[in-house]
Amino acid sequence: MSDLNQNFFEKITYRDALRLAIHDAMIEDKKIIIIGVDVANYGGAYGATKDLLKIFGKERVIDAPISEPAIVGAAVGAAMTGLRPVAELMYVDFFGMSMDQIVNQLAKVRYMFGGQISAPLVLRTQGGTGRSAGAQHSQSLESWIMHTPGLFLSMPSKPNDAYHLLRHALRIDNPTIFIEHKLLYNSTGYLDKLDTNFSFGKANIIREGEDISIISYSRMINFAEKAAEILNQNNINSEIIDLRTLNPLDSKTIIKSVNKTKRALVLSESNYTSSVPSEITSIIFENCYRILKKPVIRYTAEDTPVPVAPNLEKNYIPTIEKIVEYSKKLCN
Amino acid sequence: MMSNTLLPELYTTMKRIRSFEERVGELFIKGESAGTMLHLSTGEEIGPACVGTAMKEQDTFTTHHRGHGIFIARGGDPKKMLAEIAGKKDGYCKGKGGSMHIADMKLGHLGANAIVGGGIPTVVGAGISYKYLKEERVSVAFFGDGAMQQGILYESMNMASLWKLPVVFCCINNQYGMGTKIDNAVGYKDFSKRAESFGLKTLHINDLDVENAYNKSREIIEDARKFQPGFIEIECYRFYGHARMDKSPYRNDLEETEMRKLDPIDYAKKELIKNNMLNKEEISEIDKNILNEMDEAMEFAIKSPVNDENEIFIDVYSEKDPLPISIDEKINKILSN
Repeated sequence: MSDLNQNFFEKITYRDALRLAIHDAMIEDKKIIIIGVDVANYGGAYGATKDLLKIFGKERVIDAPISEPAIVGAAVGAAMTGLRPVAELMYVDFFGMSMDQIVNQLAKVRYMFGGQISAPLVLRTQGGTGRSAGAQHSQSLESWIMHTPGLFLSMPSKPNDAYHLLRHALRIDNPTIFIEHKLLYNSTGYLDKLDTNFSFGKANIIREGEDISIISYSRMINFAEKAAEILNQNNINSEIIDLRTLNPLDSKTIIKSVNKTKRALVLSESNYTSSVPSEITSIIFENCYRILKKPVIRYTAEDTPVPVAPNLEKNYIPTIEKIVEYSKKLCN
Repeated sequence: MMSNTLLPELYTTMKRIRSFEERVGELFIKGESAGTMLHLSTGEEIGPACVGTAMKEQDTFTTHHRGHGIFIARGGDPKKMLAEIAGKKDGYCKGKGGSMHIADMKLGHLGANAIVGGGIPTVVGAGISYKYLKEERVSVAFFGDGAMQQGILYESMNMASLWKLPVVFCCINNQYGMGTKIDNAVGYKDFSKRAESFGLKTLHINDLDVENAYNKSREIIEDARKFQPGFIEIECYRFYGHARMDKSPYRNDLEETEMRKLDPIDYAKKELIKNNMLNKEEISEIDKNILNEMDEAMEFAIKSPVNDENEIFIDVYSEKDPLPISIDEKINKILSN
């Protein structure tokens, strides 16, 4: 983050894109505050709020006690009374602590009070495997949120998307759950702050192809991209759809792509059963069943807790090799 | 001293709460209430009256599932409240919240909550807002003795204390968490000590003198305004069952008869007459006006129209967002494929 005022970065980390998004939003809107465990002095467990305390002061960057339910609850109350909090839960796994405030309070404020008020906040967190962090620090729990009406859900894979999705979330009147991935913070990509192509709620067709649609989000997009290169060498031209937001879900782009390729592999790091891929598979079946050449494949993590042992953890989630293998079989 | 008394006002508030709750019961009997989740605060009027009156106009609050009385004390319109309880269009939340989710941002009601303890951290957030925005407002969380056993209360107390927030936690202890008596739910009953240990200023009310309770509550609220958060416990007795269908089989008639004698409204009435503040006729006149007011509210609620069916889909997301697509539309689209 050498020059904060730059509008274009050829190469920026996912972490810095997030940090810039919060920074720029806070400059623009004095009602934005940050609240979470170790967000101020420590700069966030994964560094996404580093230096913001120095820039914005302790009234706006607030270190909270380790009280996840009350952090979310206080953010809801602050959002209802004039502020726009960015609350951080260090791991999505800690949603287990806070689900009452997320599902019964945050998601319901507008509806059950008859549209009088909303709680416009962003709840940032991160999930996923890759650091041998174990069964309580590595999960992908996005389907919990996607199952709850009232919550927008963003899961960007690229720095440019991370920036724009976060800026957007800090401007709208809906609460947004923003799930980052612990292994993406150091990944890099471009950032164009003035990107006019960015459209909230619209999936990004990362790679166009005719043979198979690979639909995914978050870190698995990187896996899909690597698999696509290998598939390409095997004369299979895959189309990769990065959903970017799971609510709203861009069903139109998914259906359009599958209508073209007639084959689909839905890729995710979550568990298999009742997952985001389960939902997307249903949508594809409902809308494209006449033209599908093969059943839709849900390729996800195993239906087990996340193991710590590095060799087990690596094979617990989808692998590039298997994405290639399954895609080839679908295209046979 | 007499000219300074607020007892006639406090009496009127308590009487209005009781009359309102009676109408809620009637609404149910007439089959006009939306469901049976009706938790009456009959017998508990002292808490809402004393704390509600001690709060200032700009102050805000959350309540629990037994919160009708608190909102009446804070200026809630019985018409719109009963319409909400009836699930009608003219209700505070267009009938989509109901008895347990009444809210009104104009009167500072940040929402009634049906999760025990669920609305408590909301006031912590409100306190953060008021301090940051430099608004001289206090936010009060009202809850029952059941919520004293919820962890989030203690997380919230700690935050209020840590950040010196203009917040008050108010426990209306009616001795019962649904069907479980407090003795069967609490190991050590001195709630003030718990709050004290977090650095809160505390107040414990355990008598029927509503004016005294009001004066002491006001001190707690004004200290909170100066960033000394507080805790108030008001002991009382839930005259009826947990909800409308509950006939209280878990407690005996003798207990109910004895405890119902501790009626804050009767006590206030006697005080008014004894101290020549109001005579019997004047009190009858107040009572009659209240009954008329509640009659009108009842009529309003019953006559209020129901919602259009499409209201199901409204208010899930902001006005700028598309409405959720109905399941019927989704299925028909699939079937037409």
